[in-house]
Amino acid sequence: MAALSIRALSKRYANLEVLKGIDLDIESGEFTVLVGPSGCGKSTLLNIVAGLDRASDGTIEIGGRVVNDVPPKDRDIAMVFQSYALYPSMTVRQNITFGMECRGIAKAEQEKALANVARLLQIEPLLARKPSQLSGGQRQRVAMGRALVRDPLLFLFDEPLSNLDAKLRVEMRMEIKRLHQRIGATIIYVTHDQIEAMTMATRIAVMHRGVVQQFADPDTIYRYPANLFVARFMGSPPMNTMPARLEADAGGPVVVIGAGRPDEVRLRLQGYDAAASYVGREVVLGIRPECIAEGDRVFSGAVGPPVIVTAPVELVEPTGAETIVLLRLGGEPAQARISPDIRPTPGATASFALDTRRLCLFDPETERLIA
Amino acid sequence: MTHAASRATGRSATSEMVRRLPEYLVIWVPLLLSAAHLISFSIWTIWISFTPSTLIPVSGWVGLRNYNAVLASRNWQIAFDNLLLFGIAFVLLSLITGLLLAILLDQRIRAENALRTIFLYPLAVSFVVTGTVWSWLLNPSIGIEKLVHDLGWTSFHFDWLVNRDMAIWTIVIAAIWQSSGFAMALFLAGLRSVDADIIRAAQIDGAGPIRTYWRVILPTLWPITITVVVVQLQFAISAFDLVRALTNGGPGIATQLPALVVYDLMFQRNQLGRGAAAAVLMLLILLAVLLPYAAWRYVRRRKAAHA
Repeated sequence: MAALSIRALSKRYANLEVLKGIDLDIESGEFTVLVGPSGCGKSTLLNIVAGLDRASDGTIEIGGRVVNDVPPKDRDIAMVFQSYALYPSMTVRQNITFGMECRGIAKAEQEKALANVARLLQIEPLLARKPSQLSGGQRQRVAMGRALVRDPLLFLFDEPLSNLDAKLRVEMRMEIKRLHQRIGATIIYVTHDQIEAMTMATRIAVMHRGVVQQFADPDTIYRYPANLFVARFMGSPPMNTMPARLEADAGGPVVVIGAGRPDEVRLRLQGYDAAASYVGREVVLGIRPECIAEGDRVFSGAVGPPVIVTAPVELVEPTGAETIVLLRLGGEPAQARISPDIRPTPGATASFALDTRRLCLFDPETERLIA
Repeated sequence: MTHAASRATGRSATSEMVRRLPEYLVIWVPLLLSAAHLISFSIWTIWISFTPSTLIPVSGWVGLRNYNAVLASRNWQIAFDNLLLFGIAFVLLSLITGLLLAILLDQRIRAENALRTIFLYPLAVSFVVTGTVWSWLLNPSIGIEKLVHDLGWTSFHFDWLVNRDMAIWTIVIAAIWQSSGFAMALFLAGLRSVDADIIRAAQIDGAGPIRTYWRVILPTLWPITITVVVVQLQFAISAFDLVRALTNGGPGIATQLPALVVYDLMFQRNQLGRGAAAAVLMLLILLAVLLPYAAWRYVRRRKAAHA
């Protein structure tokens, strides 16, 4: 069953169009992450789903029911806010039961629901405290408890981790994911952090300028970004993109970086049939940093020897877990992720192995993925 | 090395002092002057209250005689009862009026700025002006009663100003008109500082507007409420010009207030000692309000520093 379906939804403020014809279908039990840079409309979309904002056009269905004119409290949703939005004058207990109190649920039932949620989130010792006496992570838990206790059709999370420090963010990220696995709730989660999107989502909707650029599972988003925006937004460091030329010889299509230069790089493509019509034309080549590695790397699952290129090294950034190298491929800058114990010398050349099975080709005009 | 460093810091500390000299002068000179006045005159008044001074200050010691005389006088007793009634009614009603105005203004209405200015404007008017204008408005023969009579409703009756039992309420009305805008401004600032997400969360939780205000928003306003109460209370206790212009303590002594008693004793009856004793009593009433407030603020700041 579709937990949420959004049809041709748009939102305009005066002459500013924030959302332009959004279509989304979210299945029950899915963890959908809306991700995009600030100002892409993701929070507006979430507010419209919650009923806190009105759509200019289009319909929203929650659990098969059109809710455009249904007030937030009757939409069977719960929301976790970026600022947590705990009621400052109430204790944790009152914060969690306030919604049930408003809906007139019997005291005994409230107590039972509260006890369940408090156990699930391990906040039992905090029930008598006020929000001001809690740490950031504890507030976060209480905010989730307030949502969980409702047992709604749809959970809405609005950047819930962005006020936490880096370490706590990673912990809470795992905890939310674990929670989703345990209770199987349908979650819509808004974030600007592509790592949160990749790690938690079952499906990601990448948004930019009020349009859903791509809506797919994380692997597809990462492996086959629908366009250059998605390619550059997802992944850290982002995908290297560079102008290149598609040629063909007896062995099939070849993509050439820096064609005509003495240091041009020729990469033979296999299984890129969709690119056939682009032979002889300019394309944008996308190559993930992890597909460029030190010369003696054997890529997992690779058949035959990898493509080896010699390229000048410009900058070396050791991160501990790996070394990020800025190099030039056919004159174009590219980042590579190599083994942490290898430190090429900036200014010198080094040999790199390229994994050519995972290249992406984009149309330079439409910026869409060709193959 | 260390020597040079210490010389450098010494020089910079001196130049810092010189640079900030105007600031120190601007703050400390007036502060010390007014503190000296306040403290010296307070001490002088306290001393006078223990002397047999009448027309002019004289030395001598009469113990608590002046206090006993003031406390036993009917004038003071009425003034004190009036102060209780006026203080409580005025503070509560101006709090409620201010809060209601703030809530209504908070509904994203049009012309909010204009309305806010209108409600705040009485604060800029001198108490004497407020008192005089309201004394005209409430005067049965020239004010509201006359207006309604002229409109044709001849049985209309509104004589609080000259009614012994109700006259104190005219002071309450004028004082509310004057200062509920102040309460409104503070409450409005408080309402505006409530996180919008909290109100949204209440909306999703299913709380209607009344419950949202009552359970979620208003409880966050109580520090502001206390500040408003204290400011209004100390106005109520020291109220003089408003009452002097509006009723001058009358009819008879029905609207007598402590400050009027002090004025009466000191400058009309030439009983400086008793007047000073009444003034000291007023000071004690003020301290009874201000000291708990100061203690509360101190505790709150300590708490905030610890959190």
